[in-house]
Amino acid sequence: MNKIENLEHLKKIKEENLKLIFPKKTRILVGMASCGLASGAGEVFQVLAEEIKRRNLDITLVQSGCAGFCEKEPLVDIMKPGWPRISYCEMNSKKIRKIIELLLKGKVEKDWILAKAEEEELLLEGTRRPYPLNGIPEELEEILPYKYHPFYEKQLKIAMRNCGFIDPENIDEYIARGGYSTLYKVLIQCDPDQVIEEITKSGLRGRGGGGFPTGRKWHYCRNAPGDIRYVVCNADEGDPGAYMDRSVLEGDPHSVLEGMIIGAYAIGSNEGYIYIRAEYPLAVQTLRKAIKQAEDYGFLGKNIFNSGFDFSIQINRGGGAFVCGESTALMASIEGKVGEPRAKHIHTVESGLWEKPTNLNNVETWANVPLIIAKGADWYSKIGTRDSKGTKIFSLVGKIENTGLVEVPMGITLREIIYDIGGGVPGRKKFKAVQTGGPSGGCIPEELIDLPVDFEELSRVGSMMGSGGMIVMDEDTCMVDIAKYFLSFLQDESCGKCTSCREGIKRMLQILTRITQGKGREGDIELLEELSQVVAETSLCALGQTAPNPVLSTLRYFRDEYEAHIKDKKCPAKVCKDLITYFIDEEACRGCLVCKKLCPQEAITGERKEPHRINQDKCIKCGICLENCKFDVIKVE
Amino acid sequence: MDLEVIDKIADRYKRKESALIGILQDIQAQYNYLPKEALLHIRERLSIPLTHILGVATFYNIFTLKPRGRHLINVCMGTACHVKGVVRILEKIERELGIKTGETTADLRFSLEPIRCLGCCSLAPVVKIDGDIYGKVKQEKVSRILKKYE
Ligand SMILES: Cc1cc2nc3c(=O)[nH]c(=O)nc-3n(C[C@H](O)[C@H](O)[C@H](O)COP(=O)(O)O)c2cc1C
Ligand code: FES
Repeated sequence: MNKIENLEHLKKIKEENLKLIFPKKTRILVGMASCGLASGAGEVFQVLAEEIKRRNLDITLVQSGCAGFCEKEPLVDIMKPGWPRISYCEMNSKKIRKIIELLLKGKVEKDWILAKAEEEELLLEGTRRPYPLNGIPEELEEILPYKYHPFYEKQLKIAMRNCGFIDPENIDEYIARGGYSTLYKVLIQCDPDQVIEEITKSGLRGRGGGGFPTGRKWHYCRNAPGDIRYVVCNADEGDPGAYMDRSVLEGDPHSVLEGMIIGAYAIGSNEGYIYIRAEYPLAVQTLRKAIKQAEDYGFLGKNIFNSGFDFSIQINRGGGAFVCGESTALMASIEGKVGEPRAKHIHTVESGLWEKPTNLNNVETWANVPLIIAKGADWYSKIGTRDSKGTKIFSLVGKIENTGLVEVPMGITLREIIYDIGGGVPGRKKFKAVQTGGPSGGCIPEELIDLPVDFEELSRVGSMMGSGGMIVMDEDTCMVDIAKYFLSFLQDESCGKCTSCREGIKRMLQILTRITQGKGREGDIELLEELSQVVAETSLCALGQTAPNPVLSTLRYFRDEYEAHIKDKKCPAKVCKDLITYFIDEEACRGCLVCKKLCPQEAITGERKEPHRINQDKCIKCGICLENCKFDVIKVE
Repeated sequence: MDLEVIDKIADRYKRKESALIGILQDIQAQYNYLPKEALLHIRERLSIPLTHILGVATFYNIFTLKPRGRHLINVCMGTACHVKGVVRILEKIERELGIKTGETTADLRFSLEPIRCLGCCSLAPVVKIDGDIYGKVKQEKVSRILKKYE
């Protein structure tokens, strides 16, 4: 590869590769991020590759990232000249063979199509590229365009602008969609203060949890004394239940790299680090390739675009410690030390990595940067609410019909996310709460479903934006169990430096455990509240300071559930094992033997076509009978 | 133990002290755990006190000082998986293998370790065995999945 030294060269590559992503011949994309692979995309890709080879077809086959609708994976996009782009969903090897068969005859299987796109928006340039249509199969008329599809209609993709559209391992495709042109503009036409000014004006706030204004952080770091500065990307993504950073890194790594280079130039840094969790091997691999390609083109390295600016990026893999997502612990970890946080009376923008001024931002924050600079602060700040600008990616998971990643403008209501986009709770169950903010956040109850989602509103109701996890819970979720779950997570992950965090969380967990076992005592709730206050007030880092939140928020909205456990020794959601028994409604039981065969304890007796019965002495409450009963006769009390 | 392998790993990182975590990760990738001889050797090569090396090796969850089984089962204990009933899956695996979380089977076939979110939350409950990720796992499918690994 030749280095790209000027705009003409960049434009040339862009034009050439636009032909690659809007091709004259058929192009097929398979979503092969971790979530796609786990759903079987690897096999689908394999079959496609074999078919193309066997039939000697002139088709380009591409591995792309995740387009967000993980529920429907594996997703396969077909771009056939003359047709709109169509997305097939829930593919497997058998279905994809049929699709190829049909494609060759100029036909489609409309029942397997998720949506179509008649044009693509290149947000960065503000242009739309319609697909020239001719001779399209009739069935395609009826297919819903993406922009009217309920899952996508309310979304606005800024950070995820390229995810699922491009081959993340091919820098040229990123360039084709306008990539690295912003970097050129910044390095050649802007001075660093202008860049910081623009980011500040845009109102962008950190997407990693705290929501600190990004422009202000850059400004502090730029103006901190010293000649060496570092820029760091936080890809530790510790919030269990959030995976947008993984998806962005796997689907569009260059958006993060370009953001970091722009930030480094603005801040005056020549050395960058990406701290990424080891649990994401595919993201690490994609990033490594991306960095190499960016180096080959000269976007990283010495004298980028002949501007005299040097910048390099190194990857550090984490070690599976949640606390290492915290800024000071993360920096200790990059230095090769134990990841313990330190007091932040001196901010990391003044003294961070190796005691030099260091600017840390989250993956999603960095991915926003190129677009904000390209489109301007005015454009960006029109999106969102007064104090929370732009979009946020949420991972909509748990008891929800359409699981996936959704990028929505700030200010959208929970109802719109959960019902309009998410399609509500499956299986005619009742929605109970949504958990946001990870282990530092809280559970928001049904009454607050019309809450507009932004940094302030979520904090106001006792939760947090956090990194964007949104775990939906239904009537079968026990809120005491959830509080216990988070505290056991935090107990494991507390680094142990502060006594109040280490011992306080342990004590709270003991109390919660005893409540779920039916051994709760009068006064336990008050004790939990008291301990919460101590832990929150006397811990050094935000892990301890926010650790009581899951308990406090569930106490605030679901106190009756705690009381039912303590006073009546009952678990209303029928989750806590010590408080429930399984039995069979013998009148309704058809005697089909299914549960009897599955029961690992041989606790179920009864002959074919005779009612079955559970021997309570043997039952370990694994629930396999209930999960598999077709007639719904297994009851829990 | 072939100490040259360890030397090569250390050289890849230019023997910088700050690379300790990366070096330990590569050693573990090679041996499945952190063998004592390897750590002693790293102490010499990097001139880092052993207490520091052990501090790091025990602080980070991914490291283990005990040999692991031939196959590593990671059960996701993230929030989405918890809500979707992963605890039952974990208990099923424990019963099936006759070990508890954090243990290794006597025949060294499996090690069972929890992990905090694999980033495939949309497919909860999720179990990872070696490089393979299984989504939407059901209790009754567990023994069939385990059979694939000898
Ligand atoms: C215990 C703890 C864990 C954290 N984990 C993460 C994380 O996994 N990813 C992240 O980006 N920020 C995490 N943060 C927030 C970071 O400390 C920091 O605020 C953030 O990375 C700054 O980037 P931003 O301003 O772009 O959000 C965590 C904070 C705490 C206290
Ligand atoms: S919570 Fe299990 S994969 Fe994320």
